[in-house]
Amino acid sequence: MCGIVGLFLKKPELRPQLGAHLQTMLVGMTDRGPDSAGIAVYHRPVEANQCKLTTFHANPDYPWRKLGGQLAEALNAEVDVEIKANHAVITVGAAEGSARAWITRSHPEVRIMGYGQLMEVYKDMGLPADVARRYSLEGMEGSHAIGHTRMATESAVTTEHSHPFTAAPDMCLVHNGSLSNHNNLRKWLRRRGLEFETDNDSEVAARYFAYRLGEGATLAEALEAGLRDLDGFYTFTMGTRDGFAVLRDGIACKPAVLAETDDWVAMASEFRSLANLPGVEKANIWEPEPAVVYTWSLQEAA
Amino acid sequence: MNTIDLSKTPVRELNQRLHDLTPDTNERLWRITNLKGEHALAVGLTVPIEVEIDGHVGYYCAGMNKEAKVVITGHCGVGVAENIMSGEVRVKGNASQAAAASGHGGLVVIEGDASARCGISMKGVDIVVGGSVGHMSAFMGQSGSLVVCGDAGQSLGDSIYEARLYVQGSVESLGSDCIEKEMTPHHLAKLERLLSRAGIEADPRRFRRYGSARRLYSFHVDQAEQY
Repeated sequence: MCGIVGLFLKKPELRPQLGAHLQTMLVGMTDRGPDSAGIAVYHRPVEANQCKLTTFHANPDYPWRKLGGQLAEALNAEVDVEIKANHAVITVGAAEGSARAWITRSHPEVRIMGYGQLMEVYKDMGLPADVARRYSLEGMEGSHAIGHTRMATESAVTTEHSHPFTAAPDMCLVHNGSLSNHNNLRKWLRRRGLEFETDNDSEVAARYFAYRLGEGATLAEALEAGLRDLDGFYTFTMGTRDGFAVLRDGIACKPAVLAETDDWVAMASEFRSLANLPGVEKANIWEPEPAVVYTWSLQEAA
Repeated sequence: MNTIDLSKTPVRELNQRLHDLTPDTNERLWRITNLKGEHALAVGLTVPIEVEIDGHVGYYCAGMNKEAKVVITGHCGVGVAENIMSGEVRVKGNASQAAAASGHGGLVVIEGDASARCGISMKGVDIVVGGSVGHMSAFMGQSGSLVVCGDAGQSLGDSIYEARLYVQGSVESLGSDCIEKEMTPHHLAKLERLLSRAGIEADPRRFRRYGSARRLYSFHVDQAEQY
């Protein structure tokens, strides 16, 4: 079982409270996922010629600053390192591809959780409240964020198996459910040159959508294609640079509820996570229909 | 009127207080506030009281209801009024999946939309939905009525037995062994009464009726010994 949540703010005035609201939503899903939790927050955009990476190493004393120094030297670029528990947010004055390639090659012990120009990804073991506190989620501002709480049933409780999964710059996915054709789909994607980090079915979904987006599909088109190609049970929430999407399989066994006001759109596995959002009493609340693509984008909201 | 504030009273205590009531109780009006989407509110009631649940609830609200009248002013999670025996459960917002699942009797009114599997395995309950229902609604419906003022999703009434289905809008597809049937004056009168009991305004003549073709193997006399 898992819990997923997503919050998309239409009203810029609410942005300073993004983290505080997401924290309440995440903690609301503790009963559905007490083993580990993960969040992706869209905020603090870097300059156009910069990228930022969220990286992880299990050792809380990992020498991130030393890695940052080596990276700066290797790419001849400015590097800024911000350490948060066993994660680090590394801002690099270089293209995201070369920064990632250098870390993967020179420090294979480090895991890159997320990359792009906006998105930061934190995932860790423990109760959602503890994970939120460890990474100071409450104080984070931003436009949108998604989160996941995991109750492990099929694979180990590790940071690697926690969601969100990232497969493209500023793109991430959380999943409640299980895919039945993930082995075939992984093979199909590998033949097209994609690489995988885990044996997890949700990673396959994330890479599948990234592949479709890479082909030039819009977010809605990529999700429509997923309805044809993904077999199994799923409620997905996906974050991209300027948007937020929700998709459920045609059978709709995995729960989901959406709520919308003039100020925000929120999704959660159960209403409990939405109960404390401002103005939720008067929100439009409904269960998203099976096999229907729901998307919201910052351009539309503006 | 007894008001229970769930920010102060745990759900177990609320349900226990409602279960401890006797049929001749004088405490007939209850109001529940500060719900925060809690699950299993006001389940297993057995006496003729009225309970207003003020806001949005989680799963299985008012399940197994007998005699009581429960009104939920907001949205309901999965399985509202599941296995209702008698009495009335009314939802003023939308409802999630499996509303009134397996209900044996009583009346369930959903003023907004219901999702998939509304009235699945219904066994005598009357359900009136002001909006639309999702896929597989009234699956294996054995008895009772499902009235849908909006549209019905895929496979309406799949493997249905004797339940009666009335839909005003479109039906995306009928399930196995479910067919459209003639709306006789008898059925029109039944439908009119259901709408009036539900307090939902609609013209019964605009509805179409669906039910079992009775052609599945379970209806065939050769299979009788299998049951």
